[in-house]
Amino acid sequence: MATTFHAALENLRTTRVWKSIFRRGPAITNRTRSVAVFGNLFLHWLPVKVREKSLRVRAAYYLGSLSFLLFLLLVITGVLLMFYYHPAAPNAYRDMKDLRFVVSNGVFLRNMHRIAAHLMVLLVFCHMFHVFYRGGYKPPHEFNWVIGVVLLLITLFLSYTGYLLPWDQLAFWAVTVGTNIVSAMPVIGSKVRFVALGGNIVGENALLRFYVLHVVILPLLAFLLIGVHFWRVQKDGGLTVRSKDDDGKN
Amino acid sequence: MMEKTKIESGFSSDAKKEPRRIVFITRNTSAKVKDDRGPELMTYPHLLVREAIVFEVLIIAMVVLALFWDAPLEQLANPLLTPNPAKAPWYFLGLQELLHYFPPFVAGILIPTLVLVALIMIPYFHVNVEGKPLWGEKASKRLAVVAAVTLGLLILLAVVDAWTIILPTVFVAALLVASYFSKATSGWMGSLRLKPLSWWVMTWFIATALCLTVVGTFFRGPGWSWVWPWGTHAV
Repeated sequence: MATTFHAALENLRTTRVWKSIFRRGPAITNRTRSVAVFGNLFLHWLPVKVREKSLRVRAAYYLGSLSFLLFLLLVITGVLLMFYYHPAAPNAYRDMKDLRFVVSNGVFLRNMHRIAAHLMVLLVFCHMFHVFYRGGYKPPHEFNWVIGVVLLLITLFLSYTGYLLPWDQLAFWAVTVGTNIVSAMPVIGSKVRFVALGGNIVGENALLRFYVLHVVILPLLAFLLIGVHFWRVQKDGGLTVRSKDDDGKN
Repeated sequence: MMEKTKIESGFSSDAKKEPRRIVFITRNTSAKVKDDRGPELMTYPHLLVREAIVFEVLIIAMVVLALFWDAPLEQLANPLLTPNPAKAPWYFLGLQELLHYFPPFVAGILIPTLVLVALIMIPYFHVNVEGKPLWGEKASKRLAVVAAVTLGLLILLAVVDAWTIILPTVFVAALLVASYFSKATSGWMGSLRLKPLSWWVMTWFIATALCLTVVGTFFRGPGWSWVWPWGTHAV
């Protein structure tokens, strides 16, 4: 059974349709394996070959990969949540109730989005500290570190803008506390707060602004900078491998 | 009118062959092949299979978590009903804990800005790129400087009673001093003795941020008073 399936798959890979889609035959030689990476838009920012050392789990603990996966998961669950959400007060809160009591799997959907968001913040922090301890910011990786810091900020803002959207007491007061700090900024503090909230209090305008930031502006920025971040990893010579790693320990 | 200067253009012949570097000789060195990259593997399948497995494990973990851990939903937002305490999301609770000790400008604007600037500047300091140990040359002199800075900081923190910062600071300082006097050459103390200053600064920062966040999240109740996570109020 397994062999028949395998044979069928092998056959499929040699068909003209398969080749027209993937631009290559079966990836069984090193050449076609290379083409599988650089001939694919979604993989072309990866190197064709990777150092064995940087494949080890402790080289990065997959923290960057996991952060990226969580981002994708957040985009998918976020778009699904958008089908049920109106960025207006108090409709937003009613939509939360609908998600809990009316929408099929609404609770699960919201749980996934919420947990992924918190986990992403946590893992992005872990990723940054791990890169620091490995010296991953050292030349020629300096600028990619800076992009990473900006991505951390975007992650925090994404999470924070999303925090307001359920429009419950938790959301309202968390954002009120946070934005009150902004007014401590000298000279322009209250103006910045006014622009961020679209008014002097957290109201319907603030909800709309946070929503637009949360679902359009910040995700687009994040996508763009994640692209640059990944691309730079390869251009700057791959993951940092310390000379210490040579002895097979540590 | 348009074309005052004539620009000559044309096509030069394309390179027929790919240039290939055979040896690279810099001054005062002999030609040798420096291979510090180690063995390499094909990205397809080795890296991609690993990534796929990691992704699958994470998704399974996420689904399990989402099945058993419900996202909270409180009452409808009410500007007239302030909860006590009103808390920001957990990743800002370290800052909120700082607000307990420092004026809003210091805790909410100055310290975050300084942290951000410091993070961005890390790769551009170019001091001690080789990561030489703090307790290397001139160790006793450095100990004096480190002790003076730490004591100054602790006195400043004691003035504002900021003991959630004092605690991690004392902890990291204790490790620092212990590693100075230690004779260990292996184990965790042995590796501590080889750490550069940047390692110590970052570790202190993470320890402090962690302590502030944990206290702000689990140990603060009405009026930002101390409470235990299991619900009894401290006197």
